[in-house]
Amino acid sequence: MTPVQIIFLLCAALILASALMVVTTRNLIHAALWLVAALFGVAMLYAILDAGFLAVVQVVVYIGAIAILFIFAVMLTRREMRDRGPQLRKDWWLAALLSLLVFAGLAFLLVTQPGVNRSAAVMPEGLDTLGKLGAALVSPDAYVLPFEVASVLLLAALIGAVYVAASKK
Amino acid sequence: MTTETIIWLLPLPPLLAFFLIVLFTNRHKAFSHSLAVGAAGLSWLGSMLVFVRALGVPEFGKEVFESAINWLPTGETWLKIGVLIDPLSAATLFFVAWTVLMIFVYSIGYHNFGQPAGNHDRPGLPPHGATIQDEKGHKHSVPSIEPMYSRFFAFIGLFAFGMYTLVVSNNLLTFFIGWEIMGLCSYLLIGFWYGKESARDAAVKAFMTTRVGDVFMLLGIAFLYSATGTLSFREIFRPEMLHALATTATPFFGLSAAGFIGLLLFIGTVGKSAQWPLHVWLPDAMEGPTPVSAMIHAATMVSAGVYAVLRMFPLITADFSGHALTPTMSIIAFIGAFTALFAATIAVAQNDIKRVLAYSTISQLGYMIAALGIGAYVAAAFHLIAHAFFKALLFLGSGSVIHGVEHGALHTGEHLDANDMFNMGGLRKKMPITFWTFLIGGFALSGFPLLTAGFWSKDEILADAFGHGHWAVFATLAVAAFLTAFYTMRQVTLTFLGEPRTQAAEHAQETPWTMTLPLVVLALFAVGYGWVGIPEDFPLIGGLLPNWFHEFVGGTLAERPESLPFNFLPLLTSLVVALGGLLVGWLVYRKVKSPQQDRLQIPLLKNKYYFDEAYDFLFVRPAYWVSETFTYMFMDRAIIDGILHTFGRVALWLGSFLRNYFDKPVINEFIGDGTGNIVKKAGSSLRRIQVGRIQSYMLASFIVVVLFAVLYYFLIGGV
Amino acid sequence: MSIPLSWYLILSAALFSIGLFGVLARKNAIAILLGVELMLNAVNVNLVAFWRYLEPAKMAGQVFAIIVFAVAAAEVAVGLALIISVYRRRKTVIADEIDLMKW
Repeated sequence: MTPVQIIFLLCAALILASALMVVTTRNLIHAALWLVAALFGVAMLYAILDAGFLAVVQVVVYIGAIAILFIFAVMLTRREMRDRGPQLRKDWWLAALLSLLVFAGLAFLLVTQPGVNRSAAVMPEGLDTLGKLGAALVSPDAYVLPFEVASVLLLAALIGAVYVAASKK
Repeated sequence: MTTETIIWLLPLPPLLAFFLIVLFTNRHKAFSHSLAVGAAGLSWLGSMLVFVRALGVPEFGKEVFESAINWLPTGETWLKIGVLIDPLSAATLFFVAWTVLMIFVYSIGYHNFGQPAGNHDRPGLPPHGATIQDEKGHKHSVPSIEPMYSRFFAFIGLFAFGMYTLVVSNNLLTFFIGWEIMGLCSYLLIGFWYGKESARDAAVKAFMTTRVGDVFMLLGIAFLYSATGTLSFREIFRPEMLHALATTATPFFGLSAAGFIGLLLFIGTVGKSAQWPLHVWLPDAMEGPTPVSAMIHAATMVSAGVYAVLRMFPLITADFSGHALTPTMSIIAFIGAFTALFAATIAVAQNDIKRVLAYSTISQLGYMIAALGIGAYVAAAFHLIAHAFFKALLFLGSGSVIHGVEHGALHTGEHLDANDMFNMGGLRKKMPITFWTFLIGGFALSGFPLLTAGFWSKDEILADAFGHGHWAVFATLAVAAFLTAFYTMRQVTLTFLGEPRTQAAEHAQETPWTMTLPLVVLALFAVGYGWVGIPEDFPLIGGLLPNWFHEFVGGTLAERPESLPFNFLPLLTSLVVALGGLLVGWLVYRKVKSPQQDRLQIPLLKNKYYFDEAYDFLFVRPAYWVSETFTYMFMDRAIIDGILHTFGRVALWLGSFLRNYFDKPVINEFIGDGTGNIVKKAGSSLRRIQVGRIQSYMLASFIVVVLFAVLYYFLIGGV
Repeated sequence: MSIPLSWYLILSAALFSIGLFGVLARKNAIAILLGVELMLNAVNVNLVAFWRYLEPAKMAGQVFAIIVFAVAAAEVAVGLALIISVYRRRKTVIADEIDLMKW
């Protein structure tokens, strides 16, 4: 067991345990905080995967913006104080069964693929992943179009969210 | 204009008059009678022209006026129709033209032209008189004009057309057409006063009875056509054709074809000339106005029956060799003689002035038929023409008498039957012209010697019967002649002689010139006509005038009949019966003042031997039964309607069966409502999927995705 | 031997399933969105793992992951805005009570 593997296992445990807590905890603020933990774990995973930029983006965007947004939303909708009582629907067992089935299916499919146990490819020496990522994002014969579309999407989402959530009075 | 063209045109003026009156001048009485009389006058002129020209043709009979056209295509040949004037039809044309014209003129006065319209006259009933006021304010009743004046002239115009057509035709088809047109007009004119039930019934009776005869006549015509292939007289009477018909046997009673056809055609005459047993219609036909009785039932239509036998004489006598009578001729002679006596016996018990004349007509026609039956062609034709003149005269005279008595009744206000002779009497002083002309006619009918035409014609028939040895016929006709003279004198005595028996007769007046002029003209003929037929061997006067009639009309036949040598016995017989009958009649009836004193009012005779009642029982009631009970109730309502109702009921039952057992339960409830219910139930159960909760939707969709993935993996295989 | 790829893949599958469970079984609408976030993260992990293990020279994997970040952010913003709007109207964030589209 190499140290990397141990780190990976610890990360995995963190992620999965936090995720489970997200979906089962009663208190929504707690759930949001558990989400933060899970996202951290994922960031750590990115780091292990040599995607440092993505790890940082994960922390900044997901945790810094999205999770905070969740906490705001929870706070804005707390009037009813509905954290009392069961937080799961009546047919949660059906959902659990379904999730298990999905997991089993996916796992089975993944594991039976040939070449699934490969090791990481060799990363070329002196690869400037960040530079290349930036170039890829804006270069016309690379991924500038999806980049621009994503920008438009964010703009639309921005306007939409502002309009929808705006108070009518 | 050639004679043939004139002959073609002869029937036309009266027909035109009919159409013009019916279509245009119905409301204008003067116009209508002018049209009618003018038309009769035109036809009279044409007939006289033709007659004169015919007289001028030597050997007329071998030479005739004939003209024919192709009319009906029948395969390879044509059925031709046309006109023919031979001596017989020339003589007939003469008397038809005169009598028709006289009667047309008479009708103007008879229907009271020029008189005011009646107080309560309505079309369909005889006029009843109008009340007029003179200058002093006195009201009295005068005769009123007939409301249906123009209609009468239209009908007699149509009738004249029928008679002319019959006389001038050269073939049996147009002959029969004219025959039937006259039958129709007889119906229309007998029922002229259609408001009277008795007139309506009489019209139907006349039509029905003559129809019976006409059916047999039509059968005869059809048989003739099929046997010979032609209907034209000249062709049928060719010797070879007659010989063929005389020698062909038919399966009917052993008669030859000629005899059988002759018999069938004769039955038509029995109907049309009112011979026994089809005589019942003629007395009832006196319901019509008197000009109708004169024209149709004395001078022309019933004469047409005798004319038919005269025409077909060559056919009837085709197998007659001059000795024993053929079966057909025997039947004809029997019916003629029997009718003559039979009708004469009824006539002596009749009180209605016109009824006496009706039975007299039947009897005289019987004379002619009997003459033809024994083969006396010329005598029968002679008597036919003489009878037409004096019988028309007698009828018109009776009409004049009735008018006079009615006029008197209007003065006195009496309501009486103006036809009844016992309501008359003494009219010789009040209506002299009518009296003298009626007397001449009556003497002619009785056969008053030498001066009247009736003597010469009757004497010829008796002579012929005696001369050929037909004793039974001779005796019967002699007795009938006695009775004829007897009832004629009875009639004259009761009507004109003695003293008036009623106030109406007291106040009777002579009728206007339009009525008396025809009487005078016809009286002249009744006297003078006899002199053209005096037999050559008659004592004293025999050779003074040639027997023109015998020569002329006898030429119609292929072989001119020979004149019989003179015999005293028939002459004596006819003198005795004529003068004796007149004398006895006068002696008996100058003392009889009322029906109770008349010893001849025997019920059997008065009721015409109950023949009407017998026919009613034998024919009329069964016919009603067949039509009302059998055909109507039984066949039509029970059977045919029953079938139809059954169809209806079956259809109804089928319809309701299908409705209740198939339509409602299966189609409506099961299929119709059923699908609706299924959809409703499915809908109401399936709609519960639409919960509105998004997580349920997602659960459902993920379940399906998983299932599909599994299915895909296992069925299609691979990843 | 380092970490086999399958570990990452199974991890992402598990994370995805847990997120799925959260989406399907939680009452609160915001909790449902939390589940969606988990699922998106699982996808991202998958993408980056494949990038690293198959073609680290090409940037396609990372670019894809960046796009997914953007999309997730947009989606969360709009979703939460919607939930807040619905909360204002109907005074509830329980998903089961927002069922106006029910029959």
